[in-house]
Amino acid sequence: MTARAGPDLAAASGNAGMRGWSPQRVWSVAGAVVLVALVWGFYAWDGAQTTAVLGGTVRAATLLVLGAMCGMIGERSGIVNIGIEGQFLMSAFTAFTVASMSGSLFLGVVAGVSTGLAMGWMLAAMSVGLRTDQIIAGTVLNIAALGLTSFFYDRGRSLGQPKYQSIELGPLADLPVVGTALFNRPPLTYLALVLVVVLHVLLLRSVWGMRTTAIGEHPGAAATVGIDVIRLRYWNVTLAGGLAGLGGAYLALESVGTFTRAMSGGRGFLALAVMIFGRRTPLGAYAAALFFGFTTALQGQFQLNDTFDIPAQFVGMLPFVVTIIVVAAAGLFGRMRDPAALGQPYEVR
Amino acid sequence: MVAAAETVAAQAEPEVLLAGHGITKRFGPVVANDDVSVELRPGRILALLGENGAGKSTLVNVLFGLHRPDAGQVVIADEHVELSSPHDAIARGVGMVHQHFQLVPPMSVVRNIVLGAEPRKLGMIDVAQARRRVMDLADRFGLHVDPDAAVEDLPVGAQQRVEILKALYRDARVLIADEPTAVLTPQETDHLLDVLRGLTDQGVGIVFITHKLREVMAAADDIVVLREGRVVGTTTPAQTSEAALAELMVGRAVDLHGDRFESGATGVGSAVSTAAAYSDEKPAAEAGELPVVLDIAGLCADDDRGQRAVDELSLAVRAGEIVGVAGVEGNGQRELVEAITGLRHATAGTVSISDRDASGARPRQVTVIGVGHIPEDRAKHGLIGSYSVADNSVLNRYFKRPFAAGGMLRRDRIDSHARDVVATFDVRTPDVESPADSLSGGNKQKLIVGREFSDEIDLLIAAQPTRGIDIGAIEFIWRRIRERRDEGTAVLLVSAELDEVLALSDRVAVMYEGRIVATVDPRTATREEIGLLMAGAAPAEVGS
Repeated sequence: MTARAGPDLAAASGNAGMRGWSPQRVWSVAGAVVLVALVWGFYAWDGAQTTAVLGGTVRAATLLVLGAMCGMIGERSGIVNIGIEGQFLMSAFTAFTVASMSGSLFLGVVAGVSTGLAMGWMLAAMSVGLRTDQIIAGTVLNIAALGLTSFFYDRGRSLGQPKYQSIELGPLADLPVVGTALFNRPPLTYLALVLVVVLHVLLLRSVWGMRTTAIGEHPGAAATVGIDVIRLRYWNVTLAGGLAGLGGAYLALESVGTFTRAMSGGRGFLALAVMIFGRRTPLGAYAAALFFGFTTALQGQFQLNDTFDIPAQFVGMLPFVVTIIVVAAAGLFGRMRDPAALGQPYEVR
Repeated sequence: MVAAAETVAAQAEPEVLLAGHGITKRFGPVVANDDVSVELRPGRILALLGENGAGKSTLVNVLFGLHRPDAGQVVIADEHVELSSPHDAIARGVGMVHQHFQLVPPMSVVRNIVLGAEPRKLGMIDVAQARRRVMDLADRFGLHVDPDAAVEDLPVGAQQRVEILKALYRDARVLIADEPTAVLTPQETDHLLDVLRGLTDQGVGIVFITHKLREVMAAADDIVVLREGRVVGTTTPAQTSEAALAELMVGRAVDLHGDRFESGATGVGSAVSTAAAYSDEKPAAEAGELPVVLDIAGLCADDDRGQRAVDELSLAVRAGEIVGVAGVEGNGQRELVEAITGLRHATAGTVSISDRDASGARPRQVTVIGVGHIPEDRAKHGLIGSYSVADNSVLNRYFKRPFAAGGMLRRDRIDSHARDVVATFDVRTPDVESPADSLSGGNKQKLIVGREFSDEIDLLIAAQPTRGIDIGAIEFIWRRIRERRDEGTAVLLVSAELDEVLALSDRVAVMYEGRIVATVDPRTATREEIGLLMAGAAPAEVGS
């Protein structure tokens, strides 16, 4: 009996003991250190410009991380959501319209989140309930959102009031470098930051997070211990839609302050790249979102300053070119495994 | 759910832990269970014995709440119960050790065990408490596992212990084990039987599903034999023998002709009337005389995760001999077969077939050289389910004459060939136009064997050739493989069933962690010796 158990135990403890710093982790920490040093250097060189870029970084990252969190809740549950783009757009539209008609930004946010929830529920109904192909279900959302918002688009309508304004968080806002970028922000940005931390803890430590992982990895096993896979997938995909809805409201009422046609501009898809690059964790996604946000802010600043003597469209490509390079390079850092049941409809036997 | 389990525990010892009375279950026109009654009492091991398709799994799925019976009643702890889902059964103290483990691979052992019934603190998992409870259970029942290891990093035997702990954590008084030994080495099997015996000492009742007679005789207190959905015998090991059980199970005396083992030495093979002694068989293949057909040298190949699965493996198979590769599944057998047949890229080493270099050859080139391949996964690599029996019968050479001419298929030739295969290989199908999917597992396999055997081949690679098929078909396929061998074909047999390897092979190569660790003579080696080798013991240790 001892002899039999021998190889098993040795193999098991060997694996457990080897968990140190993975190469990915070493690379990300090294990258972060270099980045901080660079930012500090630039700040010393030109404070105003650096602050503007950092502010733009956080602004762009907020939308991306909200979309990424929506995507990761779905994917961890086994449901691919490529309809985030549509969820952004539709929610931005309703948030803007309701805020404009009611005169209340808050009601606008409520409308945006509700729209996100409703679209999340639609995605769940199609991909979980009817077991439609998940890519098609997401595409339906995107097309529907583009069509509906264009049809009801009212060129003459305006918000009729200022968009959400920044709130200074006392002395924190006076910190050098990050003061303005992080602690002199409008309310939805703060809310998004809180959600990032809360969701991170919930996904990794809570009973809900563990069950969510289980239904995305092995729904059959989850079902045998009494977890209602269908029900949990419905809830997760629906609630995740609320995060994308908040993103839409943020876009219309805080970031831009109006609604324009197709204003989500592909950032729902970029959010998926952010999610994958952040290894489907909220904090990871926020780091990735800051990186992508930085490229967005940088190209904006380049265009503003006419830094390069090339057409603006090429400078505007920067975030997307970087996306392609980074996603390709991410493969070099070691591939992250998808949840095993990702994309597979679950059928109750 | 924990509360429910406590109530069960608080009750007095029930007389009957789990029972089905007159269970009938139909799937469409098929009657899977016909008026089946079984009863499990505390501290006993009830073996459910039967062939694939005899209705064992249906019965336990009914008892576990996965299926609702069309007629009959389920009794748990002396009470008639209506089970609407496994959750109901679990809450009443019934646990299942599934054949395909119901574990979440990337999650830790502790998390897998507590999943669904987590100790909590403010909605968070109380990791310390969970870990303590798991460790207590493991100590109490002698089931040793590393609580913090990810399940995917554990060997199969350890994963099975996690699966058992998962049921015990839910205060299971009844454990249903569905073919629990299918994936284990003989030693792991013995260990498991010890563990199960230990559980019964603590009052747990066990339903043990199997088709292996040896295990039934060794472990069971009560035996129920199922055939075609009916109970055909209720007995105890003291009152019966392996031969009698086999006859009950199959419905006739089984003759696995050529099996060289005495009755009792092998599982399904043990029902053999009397097999000709090996030495009386055609001795054409006496080693060293006939040419080497398959010659593998220093072969390396990676598995799907990029880990090395075949590790500098060398092996030769001569014309007219069957070399059986024994080993616990997952020790590189699949990758080995795929590397030889061109389905997987070999990272190093050479493969030569009939003196031609076949390293890095594509699957079609390998076929054309004269290699027949019975793949491990019938559905995935053996047949195209939606294609007709006729099309499937020429999958390996539809592009050649006489089946194709000028780029067009010749239906008449294909159909007449298919009718030949169907007749010669006893494939039960209404006609050759039926889709392959409509055949039973055994008939699918006979179709594949028929296809691969109806061409001139020098080498046959048979991977798990009889997995999951009924004894009649096993008997047939074994006979055909032996005939081929006697005609001078070299055969490489890969099987997870040690019984099959022992019954067919002229030489047994034991594979462990991607290498052939020993080659033994099946006439002299014992199951125990081979089992130790399969578990990674050094050949020197085994010899002593």
